[in-house]
Amino acid sequence: MNSPSKFKPGDRVTVKFEDRPGHLRTPWYIRGKSGWIERVYGEFRNPESLAFGRDGLPKKTLYLVAFNQNNVWGRTAGPKDKVLVDIYEHWLVSSAEERNES
Amino acid sequence: MARGHHDIGGLPGAGAIDQSEHLLSDWEILADAVNQALGARGVKRTDEMRRAREEMDSAAYRDMTYYERWIASIEAILIEKKILTKEEIDRKLAEFEAKWGEP
Repeated sequence: MNSPSKFKPGDRVTVKFEDRPGHLRTPWYIRGKSGWIERVYGEFRNPESLAFGRDGLPKKTLYLVAFNQNNVWGRTAGPKDKVLVDIYEHWLVSSAEERNES
Repeated sequence: MARGHHDIGGLPGAGAIDQSEHLLSDWEILADAVNQALGARGVKRTDEMRRAREEMDSAAYRDMTYYERWIASIEAILIEKKILTKEEIDRKLAEFEAKWGEP
């Protein structure tokens, strides 16, 4: 299956702030934060489904997403310091899209 | 819902990470072997193991060491998949304790 990825490197994205039962692969500290796509890893079976013995299909695109440390921890870090987190596509919305909605 | 006991990145108060090297105990090496073997045979997946650790009692989770959590999650998944029962595991444990003494 080769569905095109929704985002490309450099795109500004915001992580959804979701909390629901299950195995959630996006760490709490990064939910609701905004950053940019650093790299597109490709498609992988969805671990949130695999965690319950299911097949993990359809596959989800996994990205390396970068965030400024200042935006994540709420305190002063070096201006160039980044946090890099692997995040699946269904956790991400385009930051532009988010602005249009609000 | 709330932040899970496994998901503590960035929380204050965790203290410094102990980065000193230490040898693994025999049982810890065995825990790894059992984990690898069950994975290789397709009995369980890494994601299931993680989910089992997330579902543990929080106080028990915090009290366990790294490989104790592995063993507890392997046990939970094997019981969930009806490969072993809690009674079978407890019976075997009692046999070992009778032979070798309690840990």
